[in-house]
Amino acid sequence: MHEQSIVTYLLSEAVSKAGKEKASRILSIKLVVGELTGIEKDSVIFYFGFLSKKTIAEGATLEFEYTKAQLRCRECDIIFPKDRSDFICPKCNKKVVEIVGGRELYIESMEVI
Amino acid sequence: MDKRQITIKKDILNANREIACNIRGLLDKHQVRMINIMSSPGSGKTSLIMKTLDHFRDKYHIAVIEGDVASSIDADRITGMGIQAVQINTGGGCHLDALMIEKATGNIRLEQLDLIIVENVGNLVCTADFDLGAHKNVVILSIPEGDDKPHKYPLIFMEANIVLVNKIDVAPWFDFDLSSFPDVIRGLNPEAQLIAVSTKTGEGLDNWFSWVEGMLNNRGY
Repeated sequence: MHEQSIVTYLLSEAVSKAGKEKASRILSIKLVVGELTGIEKDSVIFYFGFLSKKTIAEGATLEFEYTKAQLRCRECDIIFPKDRSDFICPKCNKKVVEIVGGRELYIESMEVI
Repeated sequence: MDKRQITIKKDILNANREIACNIRGLLDKHQVRMINIMSSPGSGKTSLIMKTLDHFRDKYHIAVIEGDVASSIDADRITGMGIQAVQINTGGGCHLDALMIEKATGNIRLEQLDLIIVENVGNLVCTADFDLGAHKNVVILSIPEGDDKPHKYPLIFMEANIVLVNKIDVAPWFDFDLSSFPDVIRGLNPEAQLIAVSTKTGEGLDNWFSWVEGMLNNRGY
């Protein structure tokens, strides 16, 4: 997976936002991560520790909130959780679905000082 | 100073998307189209590109951006044909991103160019998440990989404008169900076109060339 580049983007966004807010340190960052992004928590923490060295985010803790994959059947228009490995609508049994949730990847908020 | 909470709610890949939009804007200004070819390693991206260059080289001006973890093998093959190729080595990175493409396009003369073909790093996972500024996404799946891949790696098939099933010449020896495959793709992505080809025998490639030509003729200028 591509956690290294994700962390690079995340760090640059967090540090620039903290700078605009005239914060001197970032204490924690809350991330919202969709299940379908395949982002590995441990890997994000690893790269964050490494890449945040000597920035105002060094030592910050990362909090993860996961969102579930949600699919919408284009035939019946119902939204259902993707709890199986296939893409079958539980109502009509057809495989005509689109993803409506689970691809999120954003910084919800952060705590600064 | 006191601790305080800052709300951000900003997509982490937004910066990448903004660069991608700038690239598309620059290409549009020069009437250049860009396609992003994605697949697993060994599905036939380079072979498809070589066939495409062979077919169109007298008609259109084409440049290629080659993404690989390491080496310049693919770019050398293309340069050997007398076609401009820019190699990007991601140095371990599993995908290309918009910043890499922005740098690469800086090394390409866009005047009088018609098409840039980007060969992404062989990977069905990460490549789907990064908008490169291309106008169309091309996904190749080859027969030996199996027909279950769209449901295992749905995102990349959902991002595709066209899906090519390659290596159909070896289909008799594999269990790939070609008859139900169109429904699998349509289920995930009703807009995507589907073409079966063999870059080795040339079967089906005329359909691919027509698609490329249609895209180039439809530049809207």
